[in-house]
This record gives sequence, structure tokens and C-alpha cells, in this order.
Amino acid sequence: MTKLQEWMSGLGIIFAIWMYLITSRSHNEFVQNHYDLILYSPITCVFIFGLYALSVVLYRVYTFNDCEQAAVELAEEIQEAKENLAKLGFKFKETAK
Amino acid sequence: MSASGTNSKNKYSILLPTYNEVENLPIIIYLIVKYMSKSGYDHEIIVIDDGSPDGTLEAAKQLQNIYGKDKIVLRPREKKLGLGTAYIHGIQHATGNFIVIMDADLSHHPKAIADFIKKQQEKDYDVVSGTRYIGGGGVYGWDFKRKLVSRGANFLTQLLLRPGASDLTGSFRLYKKDVLETLIKSCVSKGYVFQMEMIIRARQLNYTIGEVPITFVDRLYGESKLGGTEIIQFVRALLYLFATT
Repeated sequence: MTKLQEWMSGLGIIFAIWMYLITSRSHNEFVQNHYDLILYSPITCVFIFGLYALSVVLYRVYTFNDCEQAAVELAEEIQEAKENLAKLGFKFKETAK
Repeated sequence: MSASGTNSKNKYSILLPTYNEVENLPIIIYLIVKYMSKSGYDHEIIVIDDGSPDGTLEAAKQLQNIYGKDKIVLRPREKKLGLGTAYIHGIQHATGNFIVIMDADLSHHPKAIADFIKKQQEKDYDVVSGTRYIGGGGVYGWDFKRKLVSRGANFLTQLLLRPGASDLTGSFRLYKKDVLETLIKSCVSKGYVFQMEMIIRARQLNYTIGEVPITFVDRLYGESKLGGTEIIQFVRALLYLFATT
């Protein structure tokens, strides 16, 4: 089963349950008492998921490691590499700075 | 520390596809040799230059004279062809049983290769992927917008594809040679989304994937790319893989 099919199946099942609930109003007391809540639940769920997604992404952006140290070390190693390669007889294309 | 016992039979072929990397190539090769010699793993570096006009190949030839033909292998091609074919072209003459792929622009640091190898040996993983998103991994030189796009794209991918790996668009990885060959043959996409498809196909074919945190230092020389075209390519690849795998 592809991921698309998995999603369609999952959403299909949820949709079927929701349809059943909103159409069983007449003979189900629970549905009668919470009809609006159930009717608008898909919109509520999408909204809550959107908030969840947004907060997760922003949290991860905020906590994304900035590797300052790695950049400093790399700059030093580039210098080291240039010096040692020159000693080994490597001729850089640019004139040595 | 040196490799010993069963490890000594393993050889690691490091593939460096290049295009206009005349400044970076000597540095990256110097660093690979430095760190691989330090950790004692048998290795070779295969440079696949796609006809760079800036003299990358000439620089590679000089490096071959310095480090030897057994350490630096040159596999140039006439012109720029896809990344997948570059790997195939490189592998054809690889003598190692493991292949490391990395960018030659210094955004990937060769010191991580030893970590990849140790991780691979822990559970005999088929693939070890570098990740910027977990543990001590991270990036340097990215602004808020770049991080937001990266994290947003990653969140969406994890949600839709559940790939079993945290970094899909990274290209610093270690593969068993036969696994890499199989994966490349099963991939259809071109460009940088090719890396994403490789991991998804690996999951599809039930290969095991290990992960190692890496630091990604965005290009010190040259320009980094993230534009509208890349984003469209990414979305198309995501939807394609969502519908077909």
C-alpha cells in the first residue's frame, strides 16, 4: 500500500464514523446533546493540527543548532591545509595570499 | 586508534562529484587523507569531475601526484550529467566494499566519516546517513528563513512519508556498495531530491538505516542555492513519492 492509499484509508474511516454520527441524530442521545461539537469537529481538528504543526516547526527552527565552533575550526583547518599542501608542492590556482 | 581484526578487510571508497571546485578540492582531499589516516581505515578517494572549466581536474591531478594513484582515483566525464550517473560512474572503479558520498564544497567535514564507520559496524547497517536535525547535528550560516524552509519541509516529509530517517535531503552518507548500486537503479529523480528518494527507496527495500549527527557549514566559497526552483522540485518529488511508495 502506498502512503497515499494509507492516508486515504485512514481519512476514509474517520469520515465514515463522522458521517454516521451526524446522521444518527434522531436515535442517539449523545449525538443529540453534542451535535454542533461533532458537526464542526473536522474543522476543529484541522485547526488544532495546524497549531501543533506550526508550534513544532517554530520550536525546531528556534532550537536548530548553530555550529559556530565548526565554522571556526573549519576556517583554521583550511589555513592549515593550504600551508601543508604548499609544502608538499601543490600549486594553488590563485596567487598565494 | 587503528582498525584491526575484521575491520581491516573493509575498504572505504569516498566519492567526490565535482563541478567548479578548484578552491575546495585540495582542502577537502587534504582533510579526508588527514582524518582517514588518523583513524586508520583503508580508503581511496574517487574524484568525478564533470568537465569543470575552472581547472578542478588539473588540481586533482596535482593531488594525485602528491598522494599517489592508489589513494586518489580520477574518473572525469566530458560534461555535467546527473548525480546518480556520477555515482555509478565512480563506483565502477571503486575497490572498496563501502562507499561514502559527500559534497566537495566543505559543507561536510571529513572527520565525521569515522563516526559513520563506527555506527555502521554497531548493527551492520546497510546505510548510514548524516543528520543535521538530531543530537549534536546542526548548521552554520543559515538565516531564519532558510531554517524555516528546512524545518517546514522536513516536518511535511516526516508526516507524509514516515521515512525512518531524520534528514532526507542531506547528501553525506555511507552505503554498502551493492546497496548503493541497487538504490541508484531504483531511483528516478534528478538533482538534489535524488538524495531524498534514495532514503525512501532504502526504506521500501527494507534496508537498515543508521544515523549520525553532522554539522553542516554552508559554503564558505561560492554560492549556496535555495530558490523557487529547488522548492518546486522538492514538492514534486514529495508528492510523487507520497503517491508511489
